[in-house]
Amino acid sequence: MTTAILVSVLMTLVAASTPILLAALGELVAEKAGVLNLGVEGMMLCGAVAGFAVAFSTGSMALGLLGALLAGVATAMIFAVLALSLNANQVATGLALTIFGIGASSLIGAGFVGRTIPRLGPVFPAALSEHPWLRVIFGHDILVYLSLALVVGVSFFLRRTRAGLILRAVGENDASAHAIGYPVIAIRYAAVAFGGALAGLGGACFSLALTPMWADRLTAGRGWIALALVVFSAWKPGRLLIGAYLFGAVATLELQAKAAGVSLFAPEVLAMAPYLATIAVLTMMSIGRRTGRLDAPACLGKPFSAT
Amino acid sequence: MTSIITRRRLTFGAAAASTLPLVGRGAQAQAPLGVGFIYVGPIGDHGWSWTHDQGRLALEKEYGSKIKTSFIENVAEGPDAQRAIRQLAQAGNQLIFTTSFGFMNPTIQVAKQFPKIKFEHATGYQRAENVATYNARFYEGRAVIGTIAGHMSKSGQAGYVASFPIPEVVMGINAFHLAARKVNPNFKTKVVWASTWYDPAKEADAAKALIDQGADVITQHTDSAAPLQAAEQRGIFAFGQASDMKAFAPKAHLSAIVDDWSGYYIKRVKEVMDGSWKSGDVWGGIKDGFVKLAPFNDAVTPAARAAAEAVQKGIVAGTLHPFTGELKDQKGVVRVKAGETASDEILAKMDWYVDGVQA
Repeated sequence: MTTAILVSVLMTLVAASTPILLAALGELVAEKAGVLNLGVEGMMLCGAVAGFAVAFSTGSMALGLLGALLAGVATAMIFAVLALSLNANQVATGLALTIFGIGASSLIGAGFVGRTIPRLGPVFPAALSEHPWLRVIFGHDILVYLSLALVVGVSFFLRRTRAGLILRAVGENDASAHAIGYPVIAIRYAAVAFGGALAGLGGACFSLALTPMWADRLTAGRGWIALALVVFSAWKPGRLLIGAYLFGAVATLELQAKAAGVSLFAPEVLAMAPYLATIAVLTMMSIGRRTGRLDAPACLGKPFSAT
Repeated sequence: MTSIITRRRLTFGAAAASTLPLVGRGAQAQAPLGVGFIYVGPIGDHGWSWTHDQGRLALEKEYGSKIKTSFIENVAEGPDAQRAIRQLAQAGNQLIFTTSFGFMNPTIQVAKQFPKIKFEHATGYQRAENVATYNARFYEGRAVIGTIAGHMSKSGQAGYVASFPIPEVVMGINAFHLAARKVNPNFKTKVVWASTWYDPAKEADAAKALIDQGADVITQHTDSAAPLQAAEQRGIFAFGQASDMKAFAPKAHLSAIVDDWSGYYIKRVKEVMDGSWKSGDVWGGIKDGFVKLAPFNDAVTPAARAAAEAVQKGIVAGTLHPFTGELKDQKGVVRVKAGETASDEILAKMDWYVDGVQA
């Protein structure tokens, strides 16, 4: 493999991993607070369409990213009101949110089908971002660096800060947290909003950076992979990073191998691989749960009402 | 007038029923002819389903208040499609187009229950008294863009982003490659199976992988414009799929195979109106207006343009068939004898690749 191909593969790999990493990191925080929001795909799509619509209308990428973030938060708030304030079943509400997101993004995006905008460009100057091999480090867009910074930030927040400790307490034992006087519902709202913001940005990766356009269901199921990754990572941001990049690597190398004419497996087998891995991981986690070695937040998915 | 029923609303039966009153009952003497469409994807895909919807819009433009069209989008292929098709039948439509291969059996089933309603199934092979089939010879378009690719590629390698190895797709790959090889005998076509019809990010990554491996022309048999965007980004050439996709890649987009169903739809509606509709099988190509080529990019060299136009004219005149023997598969077995052309039956079952294709 020549350097040029290697560099290109690495660039593609990083780009393919970033939206999943962003969305999964947001979901991780929500789940750490005890909220299972299965609506990641829907929030990503709303973020993607809003990001594109704003960037197309204003010509500003910064506003597009902001629009995506806010759209993600707004979609997440629908979930929060239903599942946190009204105590609706979180699994059902999350699934409904995804179906809603598919429909809403399609409706909003109808006028933008077939339109195009310039691609979200690299952060660093051309001398670095177009360098033959330094671009592996310096050739990415803002979302890539943001996602990496957030992995460090979220990890630090959860493990080293008092606020992070409170958030985890809410996810592990909501009744106790409430008894001590922490506003459980408010904290969960904040965590869900953070999850929505990152899912929105994850969606923007598609509509602004990877494939700068809008088409229905643009994210093509990445939200589900993000959800699986949270479990895969055992709710640890560092492992989430590894998992997301592993997924990106498998997906990229699969295509690269096919293009090179190497086919170790039937294409169908490789296409199944990420999902098989997910099932395997979920099975392992399930075994872990029975043997009590699981790190899942104890109150994950359970409704809370102050009594 | 149009009524839109989405798959999502259909899932919730009551909600779907509430949209029904929009569709005509057909009771009045001067009632407009109801024409229904079932789409496998969203009309916002800017691809396959979108092209069929363009056909529907052309009908409305042509016949105005004489017809009333309705459609259901995002209908999953398979038995569940029956429900959607039956719904259009019960809503009083007299002609129903089911526009994806996987609607074949459901269409036949529903057609049995509604013998007075006419059905048209795209890309299938099962017919009945009231079920006709229609398809387009996209491979003719592939032969034209293959000719252009043969001229425009400096590396002599094309990258083909493909969906699934079904005859329709295999036929396209072979037609493209045979045409390119006529121009450049050493031409190579590398295929990457994306194993999806629609996943923009994956399609783009597949195109990038092909470009990394030396392809300098990209073509595709998946639905999104993402491979074109990847080609534009890397400064190479590509071809649009199903519709003119120049907006996505002004420099890379050399041409596109454009599906145009409007002529057929307008003709069939007229036949239902005057009572001359008959079941049958139509497989239309460039000559019949089913398949068109988007305007060539200025970057297409005069030699490439002339060769492409010659191929197009030859196909229309019937003097050129993209699958003219001798054609051997990769094991060296002769599939089409010298001087003969592949029959429609051979094409419809094609599961072998010609020499020089890496699939």
